[in-house]
Amino acid sequence: MGQTIIEKIFAARTSDPVEPGRIIWLELDARTARDFGGANVVKHLEREYADDPVADPAKTFFTFDCVVPANTIPYANNQQICRDFARKHDVRLYDVDMGIGSHVVIEKGLVVPGTTLVGTDSHLNILGAVGAFGQGMGDQDIAFTFKTGKTWFEVPPTLRVTVKGRLEPPLTPKDLNLAILGQIGSTGGLGYSMEFYGEVIEEMGIAGRITLASQATEMGAVIAMLPPNRDVLDYCRERSGREIEPILADDNAEYVKNLEIDITNLKPMVSRPGAPHDVVEAGAVKGVRVDSVFFGSCTNGRLEDLEVAASILRGKRVAPHVMAKVVPATREVYGDLLKKGLLDVFYEAGVIVSNPGCGGCASGQIGMTGKGEVQVSTSNRNFRGKQGAGDTYLAGPAVAAVSALAGEITSP
Amino acid sequence: MNKPTMISGRVWVLRDSDGRPLDDIDTDMIYHNAHLAITDLREMGQYAFGNLEGWQDFPSRVGTGDILIAGGNFGSGSSRQQAVDCFVSLGVSLLIAESFGAIYRRNAINSGFPIIACPGILHESKGQLVSGETVEVDLETGEIRKGEEAVARARPFSEVQMGIYQAGDLFSYARSHEV
Repeated sequence: MGQTIIEKIFAARTSDPVEPGRIIWLELDARTARDFGGANVVKHLEREYADDPVADPAKTFFTFDCVVPANTIPYANNQQICRDFARKHDVRLYDVDMGIGSHVVIEKGLVVPGTTLVGTDSHLNILGAVGAFGQGMGDQDIAFTFKTGKTWFEVPPTLRVTVKGRLEPPLTPKDLNLAILGQIGSTGGLGYSMEFYGEVIEEMGIAGRITLASQATEMGAVIAMLPPNRDVLDYCRERSGREIEPILADDNAEYVKNLEIDITNLKPMVSRPGAPHDVVEAGAVKGVRVDSVFFGSCTNGRLEDLEVAASILRGKRVAPHVMAKVVPATREVYGDLLKKGLLDVFYEAGVIVSNPGCGGCASGQIGMTGKGEVQVSTSNRNFRGKQGAGDTYLAGPAVAAVSALAGEITSP
Repeated sequence: MNKPTMISGRVWVLRDSDGRPLDDIDTDMIYHNAHLAITDLREMGQYAFGNLEGWQDFPSRVGTGDILIAGGNFGSGSSRQQAVDCFVSLGVSLLIAESFGAIYRRNAINSGFPIIACPGILHESKGQLVSGETVEVDLETGEIRKGEEAVARARPFSEVQMGIYQAGDLFSYARSHEV
């Protein structure tokens, strides 16, 4: 019997039989901890293993992205605990200037198609965007992987999703993503590895793939795997300096379910406050007053996402009552904004641009919402209370940008 | 085997003010990101459900050995271990839900905290479970009883889950199993 992408990746890294539902011991190509969870990882390691070395310092990383730089003493202490540990164990640490860890590991070539990485970020399954296995785990789990280089994992059944139709402007990959989320709900992917196929997927660049893969978590899925196209392979080859054989599903791979998503008549989408899967067409909530707009996050913080926003904001100014914010995903994206003159576009449009990282989602690094405040955010979660007391609509960069200009929810 | 495979206790059934079971409780409702700098388990309990409307007083009301029962997709969202550890901190003896977020489930299993998935326990169960009642749960068979009456059947522990639970946590399990 043939194997799906995840089954093939696993089979190359375990001696256990790989079948859905079976628990295997999986070899990891890399493991990471971020500043959330990182200090707890160190604490577990020191309690359980004292000063023992980690399994392989060259495959072990810290990536700070949540509270960057630290704005309270407890966070500063936690980050320093990680730095001290990293120094002592010769582990590479990507510090507070570098941006979102799940993006940094792709940019730096630490992850390439077919490899495995785990860390303390629940959106690490973003790595499915390049056909790699990534998984967020808790601090005990990650401490164990630092020490042993492996973890136990239950092989998930695979759900095959075929997308019919194309994405033409003003639609962006986020609209596709929200449409799928709205259709299958928060548990539609629960416990599955999803695989995405269709013309629109084949044509999609890395940024769009990251957007799509980043919301597997909100669908309840273990991961959303996108079979790498030539662009992805070229990018990862260049970044890693390695030759890469993409892992693709066998023709006779076994899927637990086949799903078809038709986006032929897709409109720009938003999800309403409280639940990422509460998705409607942006036109259905047109006119809702908007107080703040956030562009960024691991879902929509790439250059391509911010270019969409900038193209709409160029030469204009956001509505006087709107506070708009941009947080690039990584330092590299920030540099690209600078070099391409987009920082200027955002500045002239009246937008706050912050240093890269998880601001906008984590710990109020670029502010939180107040009671009654309505925010349109290009991030991935709008659970009540997560980003403050206000109401957060999720949207793609095009909807967010036209809404920022109009001062109310608007469909591009 | 030294840890109990039968757990009995007073239950807290996670419902909204209209009595509907609560689904999709994410880790920010369980343990808000404002408290993530905390690394000491003893300090975590006080923040359990601190961002879940109607349940903010849970830490002061729950007792050691109590059982928590939730709806579907409990613990979706982030990977924070604190969302599990806050219940350990409060002495909760068992967590039952219709289903769990994948990372949440692992975190609980790895820390040796017993959790068990029981599809339909709130949405379909004949014998409505009410906060304050006592139930008895067999972790090996998944049977959930209220007095003499069997009210639901959960998915029993997997071998790994039972192994880690008995060993105490993932670290102890790995030492005794040479993985």
